[in-house]
Amino acid sequence: MSDRISTEDVVHVAKLARLALSDEEIDRTTAQLADMLEHFADIDELALDDVVPMTQPFPLVNVLRDDDVQPGLVRDEVMAAAPDAVDGRFRVPPIIGLEG
Amino acid sequence: MAARNGDDPVPGDEVLANDRSAIELAADVRAGRLSALTVLEQHLAAIEMREPEIHAFNTVLADEAREAAMAVDAAVAAGRDPGPLAGVPVALKDNLCTRGIPTTCSSKILDGWKPPYDATVVERLHAAGAVVVGKTNLDEFAMGSSTENSAFGPTRNPLDTSRVPGGSSGGSAAAVAAGFAAVGLGSDTGGSIRQPAALCGVVGVKPTYGRVSRYGLVAFASSLDQIGPFTRTVADAALVTEVIAGHDPADSTSIPQPAPELSGTLDDGVDGLRVGRITDLPTGADPDVLAGVDAAFDALAAAGAEVVDVEVPAFTYGLTAYYLIAPAEASSNLARYDGVRYGLRVPAADTNTMYMQTRAAGFGAEVKRRIMLGTYALSAGYYDAYYGKALKVRRLIAADFARAYERVDVLVSPTSPTVAFPFGAKTENPLAMYLCDTYTIPSNLSGDPAMTVPFGTGTDGLPVGVQVLAPMLGEAVMFRVAKALEDRAP
Repeated sequence: MSDRISTEDVVHVAKLARLALSDEEIDRTTAQLADMLEHFADIDELALDDVVPMTQPFPLVNVLRDDDVQPGLVRDEVMAAAPDAVDGRFRVPPIIGLEG
Repeated sequence: MAARNGDDPVPGDEVLANDRSAIELAADVRAGRLSALTVLEQHLAAIEMREPEIHAFNTVLADEAREAAMAVDAAVAAGRDPGPLAGVPVALKDNLCTRGIPTTCSSKILDGWKPPYDATVVERLHAAGAVVVGKTNLDEFAMGSSTENSAFGPTRNPLDTSRVPGGSSGGSAAAVAAGFAAVGLGSDTGGSIRQPAALCGVVGVKPTYGRVSRYGLVAFASSLDQIGPFTRTVADAALVTEVIAGHDPADSTSIPQPAPELSGTLDDGVDGLRVGRITDLPTGADPDVLAGVDAAFDALAAAGAEVVDVEVPAFTYGLTAYYLIAPAEASSNLARYDGVRYGLRVPAADTNTMYMQTRAAGFGAEVKRRIMLGTYALSAGYYDAYYGKALKVRRLIAADFARAYERVDVLVSPTSPTVAFPFGAKTENPLAMYLCDTYTIPSNLSGDPAMTVPFGTGTDGLPVGVQVLAPMLGEAVMFRVAKALEDRAP
């Protein structure tokens, strides 16, 4: 077990990732991530200061097309997949205001 | 020729369609010598017999497949050519979108979702006359190397059902190995086509990044994902790659070039080619696998290739770079599963709690682990130390490959460090499972093509896969070398 990641870190990250984890999951995740980060320390020995990061295999260029009207997805088919929809819109529970 | 009813016993004294290559089947169907429906019924009969034991599929599409096969037969009867894959049964990994047909990614979070469109590769297979027989099992969201992470239970290796088929595309590999389909499609983010192909004794190809459109492939790690085929012969893999590759305006990362021509040069041989042996390859491969790779070098040398020792120093660091980059991208891509637009929702009094409960209930342990790792690697204070550093290591790996390819035409290595392993062997230790990908990951990071071809057997008679790696857009030479190995396999 390393000190590379703490229980508090894991609780914070779970919140960022919108994952409700049990106490048991938090403990197990902390141990497993610590193991992995320990292994991943192998790249610390590399001299990387002058290396340009590589985000994908090909340089990305802007892709444009003519402004022709193309058929889109069928709205009713798309909305049919929603857990809750009304009048062609997605319905969700309240976002703010529950706790006053 | 009469259609075979799926309930009939399959006679053992005739050459069954499911022992034959896609090229042979399509040739007979196009010429009217064999009906697509007969081909299909023989594959459905094989599925009926062994699928309960193998569990290659999440969904078998018998009715839809019969309709498609009859349409192929009708086209032939009317004098039209249904295409190069006429009547060929195909199994699709269940992370490829199929219109109106459930696409689950073997996750509870997408249970019941029916995509409103077909993936580009699915459209191209249909247009080539192929017949989709089902959607295959995978490690949830393609995260894993054994198919044990599926929410619907594991797939078994048809060659030894006490062992895993590999993963994440284990269902497609098993379907092709078991004769359920002549062709499978999978996706390869860190080896998810090549490793299961090796463990099931079939051919598996990861084309160059951007060769095959990902439109309609459910995203895992967008800078790494690539779709490719599983087949029982190298020539079949070349044909399927020709069918599915080529520019697609619907995928902005699609290379603006037509599909490569591969079939015509397959038999050009390896005389005069320089084949690289990586001298600083990471250790950890089993002796039986290494013996198979040594035999492959001997076979290529005997066929006229020059074996050249090369170094690819950054290869060793691929695992770390990958397991920081892929989870980081996954944590972002999987943010879309929020219970709002599709899939599972766990009701709650407010939206944030709904998100957290939905994702907790819908994702399995490995997916949660990768989301956590990726979110951590991207989070404030750790971005530079982990994700940023991994992107620099990725550059070193691509540069080391490019240097090696100045001296050699292809590289040859193990595909997987081991032959197929027993269920449960690596499930307790996530890192042990990640090490399965040691030899396949670097080409995803560089974007170069790579494929595996069966070459002899190792422990317990299980197949050994040999990997052929080639420079960017170098599929033609890669297939030539793979074909030479296939022709000389022990």
